[in-house]
Amino acid sequence: MSEKIKRFPGEQLKGADIREGRIPSVKHRPNVKYLWSTGVAMSRFLEGLKKGKIVASACRKCGRIMVPPRAFCEQCFKPADEYVPIKDTGTINTYSVSYVAGDASRIKEPILVAVIDIDGASEGMGILHLLGEIDDWKQIKFGMRVKAVWKRPEERTGSITDIKYFAPLKEG
Amino acid sequence: MEMFGKKRVAVIGAGMTLFRRNLKETGKELAWEASSMALDQAGLELKDIQSVVMGTAPDAFDGVHMKGEYLADGAGSWRKPYSRVFVGGGTGVFTIDAGWWHVASGQFDTCLVVGEEKMSSCYPHPAYAFTTIFDPIYARPLGVTLIWIFALEMHRYMHVHGIKKEEIARVSVKNKRNALDHPCAQLGANITVEDVLNSEVMCWPVQRLDISPTSDGAAALILASEDVAKKLTDNPVWIDGVGWCIDSTFWTNRDLYFPQYVQGAAQMAYKMAGIKNPPKEIDVAEVYDPFDYKELHHMEGLMLARKGQAPKLTAEGVTQRDGDLPINPSGGLLGVGNPIAAAGTMKCCEIFWQLRGEAGKRQVKGDPRTGLAQAWGDLMQYGSVVIMRS
Repeated sequence: MSEKIKRFPGEQLKGADIREGRIPSVKHRPNVKYLWSTGVAMSRFLEGLKKGKIVASACRKCGRIMVPPRAFCEQCFKPADEYVPIKDTGTINTYSVSYVAGDASRIKEPILVAVIDIDGASEGMGILHLLGEIDDWKQIKFGMRVKAVWKRPEERTGSITDIKYFAPLKEG
Repeated sequence: MEMFGKKRVAVIGAGMTLFRRNLKETGKELAWEASSMALDQAGLELKDIQSVVMGTAPDAFDGVHMKGEYLADGAGSWRKPYSRVFVGGGTGVFTIDAGWWHVASGQFDTCLVVGEEKMSSCYPHPAYAFTTIFDPIYARPLGVTLIWIFALEMHRYMHVHGIKKEEIARVSVKNKRNALDHPCAQLGANITVEDVLNSEVMCWPVQRLDISPTSDGAAALILASEDVAKKLTDNPVWIDGVGWCIDSTFWTNRDLYFPQYVQGAAQMAYKMAGIKNPPKEIDVAEVYDPFDYKELHHMEGLMLARKGQAPKLTAEGVTQRDGDLPINPSGGLLGVGNPIAAAGTMKCCEIFWQLRGEAGKRQVKGDPRTGLAQAWGDLMQYGSVVIMRS
C-alpha cells in the first residue's frame, strides 16, 4: 500500500451474520457428480491392487520404473508401457500427523500420512498413503521400513484403498 | 542491458482492497475497486487501457465455473482484449508476467493486471474445495486434503537440513509484525515464537500460526510501454525479469526438500535481468509465504539463500525490514492475508511501492533499486517470478 493512498476499500462482515441470515446472502449447493475412466496406466495399477500387487510402469527410453504407473514418461515423452509388479514394502520419505479432515473440521484420532518410497521402483519413487499399527505417532521415523497391509481378497475393489495402510516392517 | 521483447515495460500504478475474511463486496466489486485505484495512481482512465489480464485461482472458491468471464467487467475489460490466467497459487505473480508480454510484444501500450480472490464464499470452509484439486483415481480415495501435502513437504525440508520448528516460527513472527504497518492487512499482530509453537497442531509439523488465513481481496497494477510510461510519470518501475516454471504433478516422485520449479523460474528471470549474484543484487523481495516454512524454502529456491541456510539468515535478522535482505516487508500472506491470486499480485504491488519509496512505515532502508516478487502453486510444482528495478 502506498502512503499516497488514503482510502482502503472493502467492508468486512461477521461470518455469523451471513450464516444466520441477518444480512442478504444466497446459498446454493451444486449437485455435480463425476465418473472417471481410470485410463491406460492407472487401470493396470488398480487391477494389480485387486490382486494384491503394486504395479509400476517402466519407460522404454530411460528405464525409470515409475509408481504410480503412467502411460508415458513425462521426461522422455516416450511410452512407459512395460508394466512390472514391484514389492509392497518401502521406506518412509516424509510423514505427517493430521488432526484435520477434508472439510477443515477437527478430528481426535489423528490420520497418519506418509510418502513411501516403494521397493523395486526407481529411487525416490514414492506414493502417498496412510500409516497404521502404530500406537504412538512419535514412533514414526524418517527412513523407517514399512509394508502394505492389504484388505482381504474378497474385500478388494481395485482401489488405492485395497491397501488399508502401511505398517512397520518386522524384518527377518 | 540486453533487450527482451520489443519494448521495455514499466509499472506505473498499483492498488488493492482490504484483505479480509467475508468481505461484503462481490469478487467483481473488489476487482473494480482495486483496478480503479491503480488507474487513479497511474493518472489514467479505463479508455486508456488497451488490454487486460485477470488472475484468479480455482473456480470452486467463488462457485462460478467461468470465473474469468464472471469477473471480467470488474477488471475493466469491456470490449477489450482480455484473458484470465490460472496457475494455482502462482497465479498472482504470473498475471504480471503475462501482462509483461502483452506490452513487451509491442502489441499493446498499456495493460491492466488484476488479481482477485473471494475464498470465503466457499462454505463453510474453502478447504473442502481444495480436496478437488487432487488426482481422483489414486489420491482422493485416501481422503487427501491440502494441508497434508504442505505438512509432508515442511517435514521433509526440516528433516533434510535438521531445521527446528522454532527456526521456522520466526518467519510467522516477523511477517505478522510487518503487517501491523499495512493498512489493508488482515492478521497483523505482535506474537512470539512460543505463541506459534503453542498454537493448535493442525497437521504436524504444521500448527495454526504457521498458516496464512482464508481471505477475500483484490489487487491491480497498470503496465505501460516505455514511451507511454515516460510521458505519464517521472519514476516508473521497470519490469526487468519474468520467469515461470512447472514440475510434474507426481509430487510424491521428487524430493520435496527443494523447489526446483521455483529455481527454474528464478533462473529465467535472473538471466533476463542480468542478475548473477541474487543475494547481493536483490534489495528487497516478496517471497510467497502461505506457510512460514515456505518463505525459507522459496528463499532457497530463489537462490537468495544457500540450501538449508534461510533459517540462519532469518535468525540473524537479515530478512527483517531493516536487514540486508528484507523479505516480505508487506507482512506477506501470513500477515496481510492470502486471497490466493490477489495475494501474489499484492506482492508485486508492494515491490512497486518499495521501489518508488512510497511504502511509508513499511519502507525498507537504503533506497532499494531492485526488487523481486515470487509466487508458487499447484501441487507443489509451479513457480512464478518478477524482477523490477527503479
